[in-house]
Amino acid sequence: MLKGRHLIEPNDFTIQELDEIFTLAEDIIKKPEAYSDVCKGKLLATLFYEPSTRTRFSFEAAMLRLGGSIIGFSEAQSTSVAKGESIADTIRTIGCYADIAVMRHPKEGAPKLALKYSNIPVINAGDGGHQHPTQTLTDLLTIRYLKKSLSNHTIGLCGDLKFGRTVHSLVKALSRYENIKFIFISPSELQIPQYIKDELKGHEYYETSNLEEVIDKLDILYMTRVQRERFISEEEYLRLKDSYILTTEKLKNAKEDMIIMHPLPRVNEIAMEVDNDKRAVYFKQARFGMFVRMALLIKLLGVENNA
Amino acid sequence: MLNIDAIKKGIVIDHIKAGCGYKIFKELGLDKADYTVALIKNVHSKKLGKKDLIKIENEIDLDLTVLGLIDPNITINIIENEKIKEKIKLSLPKKVKGILRCKNPRCVTTIEKIGDVEFTLVDENTKEYKCEYCDAKTSLLTNAKC
Repeated sequence: MLKGRHLIEPNDFTIQELDEIFTLAEDIIKKPEAYSDVCKGKLLATLFYEPSTRTRFSFEAAMLRLGGSIIGFSEAQSTSVAKGESIADTIRTIGCYADIAVMRHPKEGAPKLALKYSNIPVINAGDGGHQHPTQTLTDLLTIRYLKKSLSNHTIGLCGDLKFGRTVHSLVKALSRYENIKFIFISPSELQIPQYIKDELKGHEYYETSNLEEVIDKLDILYMTRVQRERFISEEEYLRLKDSYILTTEKLKNAKEDMIIMHPLPRVNEIAMEVDNDKRAVYFKQARFGMFVRMALLIKLLGVENNA
Repeated sequence: MLNIDAIKKGIVIDHIKAGCGYKIFKELGLDKADYTVALIKNVHSKKLGKKDLIKIENEIDLDLTVLGLIDPNITINIIENEKIKEKIKLSLPKKVKGILRCKNPRCVTTIEKIGDVEFTLVDENTKEYKCEYCDAKTSLLTNAKC
């Protein structure tokens, strides 16, 4: 039963519960009109303590497409938070008005603190470098929908594997499924941390710094951005940012049915020419993000029967 | 050899790592005690080479969680009629609430007033505890010398 639950990290839900969400999302993709009124009369509060366009728009679009309404803020400066209100008080007040809340906060653990005081479901929309569970749900739905299963894949994760929370969450989430082989492709400075490798639960993995060496083995290639804010030194950033740029040339040995994913925004790690390749699914992925958030809102609000 | 009288009824905190006795003495508020207490430093020990020792001629409530955090190798002897009535071997507590502070500068506990943050022991060898909010690991070894 997902009604009334919170989502703070991807593993808050069992595989069966995730399946329920993905099955519903796939049904929404098939017949979106059947769901256009399910959240009528319901109010989503978007509590964005730091700017985010993609995630906030995705949630807002999801709620509006379900016939619900939205209140919220997109930066903390314009709210009582700027006057020093605690997270506990903010969420208790919001709970008086809204039916469900989405929170993005620069401090790690903020949504978990919020849920302790909340009488409405809280969804973590990113807390610092910690968790971003709806991105993971987006990635899982994309794989499930386009590759027909979440098991039996070789996935290559490329770029900044050291700081990328998206990669860490996805690896952790995929390691709950059967027969997944991970290939970690990164410069030595940005390798995946040991504690993530420790959690692979017996899944096979391979580390390399050469994308072309492994590209023919991949069913999924997950590209990530080398983020400027993760580096202490600007020189170090400039030296590494172009290390792993995907071009059509590099794709020539890739499988015909491989999919190229990216959490977006892209800077320059995927050349524009790749966008026309049928294997490039990162914009579809963004759309799946909206569908999976629609399914999540429906499940947590318990309004599935309104469809 | 320094001689301290045996206590009739009270507590002996033994096998304290040499140098940590004063911290425990302060932590237990014994510096303000109006009953007989003794802190003995650098006592010869077969097991440790040197150790600290605290004798308390009184029945007091000990916070074993705090003591376990400071030094899990401590032994507590409860004394009655000058004899050991009970021996308590400490260990690292599995969960601690409201004692440790998260070392992660990005953690929500650094900006919000939360009194009872819970930490869970994740590695006994490295004495690492995980913050319930941000999951960052805080090591007691980096927290304090004792």
